[in-house]
Amino acid sequence: MKILVPVKRVIDPYVNIRVKSDQSGVETENVKMSMNPFCEIAVEEAIRLKEAGKAEEIIAVSIGNQSCQETIRTALAMGADRGIHVLTEEKIEPISIAKILSKICEQESPGLVISGKQAIDGDNNQTGQMLAALTDMPQGTFASKIEIDSDKVKVTREIDGGLQTVSLNMPAIITTDLRLNEPRYASLPNIMKAKKKPIDQKSPEDYGIDVTPRVNVLKVIEPPKREAGIKVENISELVEKLKNEAGVI
Amino acid sequence: MTTLFFIEHANGQVSDQSLKAISATSQIDGDVHGLIVGSNIDSAVAEASKIEGLNKLMHVDDDSFNNILAENLTQLILNISGDYEYFLAAATTTGKNVMPRLAAKLDVSQISEIIAIEGPDTFIRTIYAGNAIATVQTSDPKKVLTVRPTAFKSAVMGSSGCEITKINAENMPSISEFIGEELTKSDRPELTSAKTIISGGRGMQNGENFELLDKVAEKLGAAVGASRAAVDAGFVPNDYQVGQTGKVVAPELYIAVGISGAIQHLAGMKDSKVIVAINKDEEAPIFDVADYGLVADLFQVLPELEQAL
Repeated sequence: MKILVPVKRVIDPYVNIRVKSDQSGVETENVKMSMNPFCEIAVEEAIRLKEAGKAEEIIAVSIGNQSCQETIRTALAMGADRGIHVLTEEKIEPISIAKILSKICEQESPGLVISGKQAIDGDNNQTGQMLAALTDMPQGTFASKIEIDSDKVKVTREIDGGLQTVSLNMPAIITTDLRLNEPRYASLPNIMKAKKKPIDQKSPEDYGIDVTPRVNVLKVIEPPKREAGIKVENISELVEKLKNEAGVI
Repeated sequence: MTTLFFIEHANGQVSDQSLKAISATSQIDGDVHGLIVGSNIDSAVAEASKIEGLNKLMHVDDDSFNNILAENLTQLILNISGDYEYFLAAATTTGKNVMPRLAAKLDVSQISEIIAIEGPDTFIRTIYAGNAIATVQTSDPKKVLTVRPTAFKSAVMGSSGCEITKINAENMPSISEFIGEELTKSDRPELTSAKTIISGGRGMQNGENFELLDKVAEKLGAAVGASRAAVDAGFVPNDYQVGQTGKVVAPELYIAVGISGAIQHLAGMKDSKVIVAINKDEEAPIFDVADYGLVADLFQVLPELEQAL
């Protein structure tokens, strides 16, 4: 079985986000970039399934500019076998990403697609579900546990207030939540080995997909700044303020 | 134009999150139809039919919808999608699961977790975990939106109910199956819907000390959260995590205890109405966003706080 893992390059989660002064977006020039944390979890899960003998090959896919190759290399260094890079300079939306991925699914016929539940830049939380719709596959979103049992996969999902378990016919799409696993760091020898692993370069046109955006970002602004409040001396002053001034207890 | 809103319910009542999110539809012209699914849910249906602004309620009365599968609910909405221009649901785990699947079936982009409506095709949403706010305009003919419940006030209940029609679940795919559900049994509210949250950071020193927070939470009816540092240190499980890669929360009152205030954490809680910080390091960045700061040893003041409540 093949596992397809889409990976996204995003601003590193520990970097301070700066909104551009012309309100056109968020500053990404000269900012540290990383693999989206939920995608890392997806790569890790695919590798664990391969290590457990449930999968033979892991294909990492990234869609975006030339630098996305680095993100694919990170996945390869963690343990993915080969990469597909769909090169585009366009700001590409989840529906277009899902369409490209659905074409790759047609060509590669993976038994599972494991993706992050959302990217921490756009916070859309759409691509996995959209890919499932376009391929008519079942979906196990926000997964905290995955168990493959012959032609079905049992997915434990993080839902509001607890956990839900569903059984999906394979092929299926799974999106990862935080508790699924803790991603490994790539070792130096594996980073060296990853440089020799193949990455196929493609374009959206190769898949016949029009990636023209449907959603126009009119402006991006900073959220209202919070002013630092006051310091209280002790608990009784704090409780008094919360009761009488803020009215929240 | 007409809007279809998917209404969630639990324990015989319309969910708080749906009640809040549905009030967003009052800013969209045209009629609003509701969809509610499940069997033996008469009281939730009766309540839902009284939501002010709702012109019609469709009810699928079918055992197979007692537990919602994205594949089936998407097909159900598709079956009736023809006449609708807007499709809305609360940005709950159900809404987030189903609506993008629907959007792709309709070949449109989804606008996720809107916090305000600017115009018929223009919406405001947060990106980068709330570190930036984007105004976006869609050119898609049909609009599929999820609504962040905390950004809207609960819909008002009218005195009489709207028209209720039963619809059937037809052409259901059978590619997935519900196995079970394990809801956290707790008297405490869930993090994302809690009115009050008390969270601990690395300063808690170990998992046992989270009991100090539990005791305060008990008094306040609060949920207990944690910073990523506390989760990474193994003090508490990952589902406690508030922050950019954890849960994004906006309660009335957020009490941060022994949390320094890394960007990662601030991104997940800075929309809280009132923030209290308790930390012994007076230079901690958490104090820059706190309405009330107390520079103190948490092990001394937490029992005092519990006593004072």
